[in-house]
Amino acid sequence: MTPTENISGEPGTADPRDARATAGVGEHPATVECALPVVRLLDQDGRRLQDDRFGPWVEDLDDDAVAQIYRSMLRSRRLDEMATSLQRQGQMALWPPLRGQEAAQVGSARAVGERDFVFPSYREHAVILERGIPAGQMMSQFRGHKASSWKPSETRTHVYSLVLGSQVPHAVGYAMGIDQDRRLAEDAGEPAPAEEAVLVYFGDGSSTQGEVHESMVFAASYDAPVVFFVQNNQWAISVPFSTQSRVPLAARAAGYGFEGVRVDGNDPLAVLAVTRWAMAEARQGRGPVMIEAETFRLGAHTTADDPTKYRSTAEEQRWAARDPLLRTRALLEGEYGVGQQWFDELEEETTAWIKSTRTEILAGRPEDLEQRFDVAYAAEHPLVDEERQWYLDYQSSFLPDHDETPAGSAGHDAAQEDRA
Amino acid sequence: MSEVFALPDVGEGLTEAEIVSWKVGPGEKVVVDQVLLEIETAKSLVELPSPWDGTVLDLLVDEGRTVEVGTPLIVIGADSESPGNLPDPGYTGEADAASRASTRSGDNQDGKAGSHQKQVEGEEAASQQALVGSGPKADPVVRRRRQPTLPRRNQGAEPERRASQAHEAPRQGPGPAGRPSFGEGIADLLSRAGLGQSAAERPAWLGGRRQEAGGGAAPVPSTADQETPRRPALAKPPVRKVAKEMGIDLADVTGTGESGQVTKRDLLAYAAHLREIPDGPDSFWVSTNAPGAGDRTQRIPVKGVRKLTAQNMVKSAFTAPHVSIFVDVDASRTMEFVKRLKEADYFDGVKITPLLILAKAIIWATARNPQVNATWTDSEIIIKRYMNLGIAAATPRGLMVPNIKDAQDMSLRELAVALDNLTKTARAGKTQPGDMQNGTISITNIGSLGIDIGTPIINPGEVAIVAFGTIKQKPWVVDGEIIPRWITTLGGSFDHRVVDGDLSARFMADVAKILEEPALLLD
Repeated sequence: MTPTENISGEPGTADPRDARATAGVGEHPATVECALPVVRLLDQDGRRLQDDRFGPWVEDLDDDAVAQIYRSMLRSRRLDEMATSLQRQGQMALWPPLRGQEAAQVGSARAVGERDFVFPSYREHAVILERGIPAGQMMSQFRGHKASSWKPSETRTHVYSLVLGSQVPHAVGYAMGIDQDRRLAEDAGEPAPAEEAVLVYFGDGSSTQGEVHESMVFAASYDAPVVFFVQNNQWAISVPFSTQSRVPLAARAAGYGFEGVRVDGNDPLAVLAVTRWAMAEARQGRGPVMIEAETFRLGAHTTADDPTKYRSTAEEQRWAARDPLLRTRALLEGEYGVGQQWFDELEEETTAWIKSTRTEILAGRPEDLEQRFDVAYAAEHPLVDEERQWYLDYQSSFLPDHDETPAGSAGHDAAQEDRA
Repeated sequence: MSEVFALPDVGEGLTEAEIVSWKVGPGEKVVVDQVLLEIETAKSLVELPSPWDGTVLDLLVDEGRTVEVGTPLIVIGADSESPGNLPDPGYTGEADAASRASTRSGDNQDGKAGSHQKQVEGEEAASQQALVGSGPKADPVVRRRRQPTLPRRNQGAEPERRASQAHEAPRQGPGPAGRPSFGEGIADLLSRAGLGQSAAERPAWLGGRRQEAGGGAAPVPSTADQETPRRPALAKPPVRKVAKEMGIDLADVTGTGESGQVTKRDLLAYAAHLREIPDGPDSFWVSTNAPGAGDRTQRIPVKGVRKLTAQNMVKSAFTAPHVSIFVDVDASRTMEFVKRLKEADYFDGVKITPLLILAKAIIWATARNPQVNATWTDSEIIIKRYMNLGIAAATPRGLMVPNIKDAQDMSLRELAVALDNLTKTARAGKTQPGDMQNGTISITNIGSLGIDIGTPIINPGEVAIVAFGTIKQKPWVVDGEIIPRWITTLGGSFDHRVVDGDLSARFMADVAKILEEPALLLD
């Protein structure tokens, strides 16, 4: 397999846009051959594939566990569709769709242990749901109600990072801190803290950011317990992967001195297996590890993007045929004999969940800016006091609102107030 | 009970979108997330789904129109409602959609429910208010006024000077660098003159929010008001309404009516005056030192006809190898012929121009050299045994080439009428897409602007175009003597893939022959 060939190994079509996306070595003449295999536990039709190294990591999965994976994937897809609609209805400033990346996200998130810490990028909606964070809470950020939507200390999940790649040095720093805590405990003769590791998500586009490289150097230098999880969705907005890298991203890990694994990102079992293995490596001090999940963003980069302008329908159709939901459904039907009725019921349940989630999202209100001053520091701070006072003075400098509706409900008024 | 869905900002910071097509019509039932319409933004084609279950009561914007973010698009009511059952009959008439739109977005800005925006179920309705686009504008100056405070820099002698400048500004102020709209142009003028709070801020009254004395609420002094006490403007309500719509502060208008009232005439004169300022050639240039010079470029978005013209011209210029030839013609007999036709009873009320004779000449010459009336495809040359004669026309919407269908069948009179209709329609900006399709050969009449001749670019899908230069008297040698004659120059461009040099020469010579001797048309 040539380095930048996509995981299907299919040749590109005559469409030049397609050719760019799937071009092989030809486009970069001096490229060194790379022979990293792609880990796959399911074929495209949901039939099991043998893998001696990673297969055992998901041997414990029964029909119920697989069904739960499918359920999570379906929920995140429906949520994604609803969010896109809400954006079109003016209820959200922006939405980055995850369609197509459900297996990579659900599979990897399910490998995270109770003590582990997750650093998402901004498209990891399925991961966020898996972390038990309510959808309405997650979306308050995209609605412009909050700057960050959940408490990392409570959810062991860092907030979304909208600046590309910025979460990666944070994650490595956090992982180095885990090590530091362990050493401090040893020095003090205290019992070692429970094993934990960090899982950080980023994309093929972010992989080109300088701080991502620096983070990997640091992670390697300090044996940080971190797993770099790259969702290679083939397109960095409009830049095809063949432009981002000559080699699979996982191949870069060798340059830093740790292992990189390529996995079929649309195979939830393979993703789960590889991530379980990688997190175990990291927890036991054999990290860092890099995982490259090869997948495809079936939707737009964000609701402000139009992918038809830079990629071909043929390419989209090829990847649509590899839809992770189709594959997982085929596994459930083929191996576990799950019938139509179960899927119908699940669809019904999901529809009901989406309906209530939609109500929950729309009921969300912007946070009162004043409260932000209370959470900047744990204790009182003179500078914050000064800034709070300035803000209050500024607010009171406005004329009374003669022409704003006096009869609105309290919640409505608050919304108006904050938007002002 | 009904809800109005307004155009949201579906991209990051988009300001407008074109309504491409409606997927629903009045009376139709819709459910949440059902696609209502398709819009095209600067970024992409986007489908807008319904936020509500209900029945479509009214579509407020026509297909093909470009509207600003926040413009109401559709009224959706509870299932029990039927179209025409609208709460406010004022909106059911053929009122101008734009003014309806501005009224409504004004309502939004005030945070009030518009007449259609009845709050369905209190909290529920509030929760459904769009966060993006249709809500209050981002500019705080438009939405909320600060308490009047005197900035330190304006104290002392300064305010008076600034204020007097402000008053004179609309009359003699420098023109704005870019003038995207009438209202903004004024805003720009005022901000240069120091009246606006800063160059970047829009005076509140441009947002249609200024309260006139007697308008109900107490007048609110702005910073500018503080600086010079302004005359209370006297005017009748209809004049106030128009002034508000035009974004004009009546205090700026000199009143000539009873007790100094501002009359409608005063207002219109003032508006016309304002319009002239930014358009004068003297105010086009912006010098480096001009106050608030800022960005001295003007950006015109490439869209619509401009975009289409650009695409067509590039396509034609870079796919069809053009060969151009020119010929000087003594058109004196054509001029005489035109003069006689004008006098003839048969042509009463029909506009006769030399272009008519040229059109007829082209039809005649084409019959003798049919290959100029053709289309090139890579596998074959399609010769048209009919003529849809295109006439390039400068229209309010840009350059268009509508054509006269089956010009070959027309009598001279019919052709004259058709030409006149085509020109009038084009000038009114009402040319339909169908009028521009399936042209077979074209004329561009650059002579009407006094130009001698140029190299025309072939209309895509055709292989020949004739440019008609100006006709003027020139010294001409006839039988060894120099005498004044009516001379014009014809230019022709041909697609060399279809039309070789000799054919184009013969065709042009034939056209010239008719202009020299229109009697040959009797042949």
